[in-house]
Amino acid sequence: MRKVAVLGVGCTKVGEHWKRSLRDLFVEASLRAIEDSGVEEIDGLYVSNMASGPLQHQEHLGAVMADALAVNPIPAVRVEAASASGGVAFHEGVKAVASGMSDFVLVGGVEKMTDRLPPEVASTLIMSEDQEYTAYTGVTNIGLSAILKRLYMDRFDVKPEEIAMLPVIDHENAASNPYAQYPFKTSIERVLNSPMEADPVHLLECSGIGDGAAAVVLGPANESETSDHPLVTVSASAVATDTLNLTNREDPLTLRAVRGAAEEAYARAKLTPRDVDVLEIHDEVSILGVLSLEDLGFAEKGKGASLAASGAISLSGETPTNTFGGLKARGNPLGATGLYQIVELTWQLRGEAGKNQVDGAEVGLAQNMGGVGSTCAVNILRREDL
Amino acid sequence: MSVPRYWREIKYRYRLLGCMCKECGSVFFPRRHICLKCGSRDLEEVKLSERGRVVSYTVVRNPPKEYEKYAPYIVALIELGDGARILSQVVDCEPEEVHLGMEVEATFRRVREDGPSGIIEYGYKFRPVIS
Ligand SMILES: [Zn+2]
Repeated sequence: MRKVAVLGVGCTKVGEHWKRSLRDLFVEASLRAIEDSGVEEIDGLYVSNMASGPLQHQEHLGAVMADALAVNPIPAVRVEAASASGGVAFHEGVKAVASGMSDFVLVGGVEKMTDRLPPEVASTLIMSEDQEYTAYTGVTNIGLSAILKRLYMDRFDVKPEEIAMLPVIDHENAASNPYAQYPFKTSIERVLNSPMEADPVHLLECSGIGDGAAAVVLGPANESETSDHPLVTVSASAVATDTLNLTNREDPLTLRAVRGAAEEAYARAKLTPRDVDVLEIHDEVSILGVLSLEDLGFAEKGKGASLAASGAISLSGETPTNTFGGLKARGNPLGATGLYQIVELTWQLRGEAGKNQVDGAEVGLAQNMGGVGSTCAVNILRREDL
Repeated sequence: MSVPRYWREIKYRYRLLGCMCKECGSVFFPRRHICLKCGSRDLEEVKLSERGRVVSYTVVRNPPKEYEKYAPYIVALIELGDGARILSQVVDCEPEEVHLGMEVEATFRRVREDGPSGIIEYGYKFRPVIS
């Protein structure tokens, strides 16, 4: 297997792009990544997207985007794993380059959520769960997270204030991210005074509805001379799954897919959570970020929220997390989200993160999840020359 | 919602049928072909217990499109008497009244409508046990 490098990265701002189509966003992010990489010809395209079918009535995104980029006849395919699509597409791209089946691959994620009204978006999001027995109850994705949050607070005697630290940290970091959907600070009081979305989850604990695209160019690490950036390579890329329905999990508060992907990634990279200098977690709803911190090995079960409250995952803490705003404040354009994480980690490892820079960051980990943890991708990146 | 798609689930939803693994005895809802616990393919349909307890719950305030007229409503994770778990709305109960451990029983209710001229879907919801 060849060592794979992240040669180029690019993204659009996450937001309400009323004038711009799925194609417009995808092409902008892709051209930025290609230009950043210095690569002249790509020979494979992976498009990550969750819901262009229900949202735009557009399928076949591999062909749509290969055409939009004028890269025919290269092979192109769409990867869908709900909001883990980006992390899983990255994994597929890494496999293609590592195996030698492809040399220079573009992995681009895009989602355009604002073409629909919020209740239609809620109907689309819940397509990540069992239609006949979960969506059928009328529950929303946020509602499923709320069920976990209530169970969590009851079992571990955790206060809402501790969990509310996650969105506060996200917003703090997003304030200096020009690509963030919500670039402003918030407070625990504001989070807990925001309306109930699905009790006991408040509106400001949830990622919003936004459009965006993010892309990366991958290539063999020993052919990285086209790039004039410090070299960032992929130390490990792992994907794991868990039962689709929460009802079939022995303990709904343990995200087994997160554990599984993390264990495999740490083993392949020969690293432990202590080696991670900069972290991206999938906090689509804050409680999912808390559980992820635990199942990734950064906190014991029941201690994820207090880890956030301790300052350990703030920008100045031991493991700076979601340094560009995370799902809550950078935004969560579903299929693109996992690639925003990779783009941001790459900026950190290259030392190009500006005001959000974590000094001397050498190892970065991105965790991207689909559904309520039924798919999880864990990707570990490393700066090579340090 | 196509009629066959609704029709093929009727038996399971109206009668609360799940399945039991003949090898290890695990009970699942909804029905499945392969046991999640032991991998056996030998499963049989069973009628689930109609009583259970609320393990956790939420109150959905901003629902998917088809459920807008019902909001707000309670959705709970319920553990049934036979050990199977089920996700269901809890009705005949205000959001302030539901609590962890609350005893609930199955009831038969209208679930959603497919527009003004489509089919009306029915199925299980749970309600507090009246002692
Ligand atoms: Zn079995």
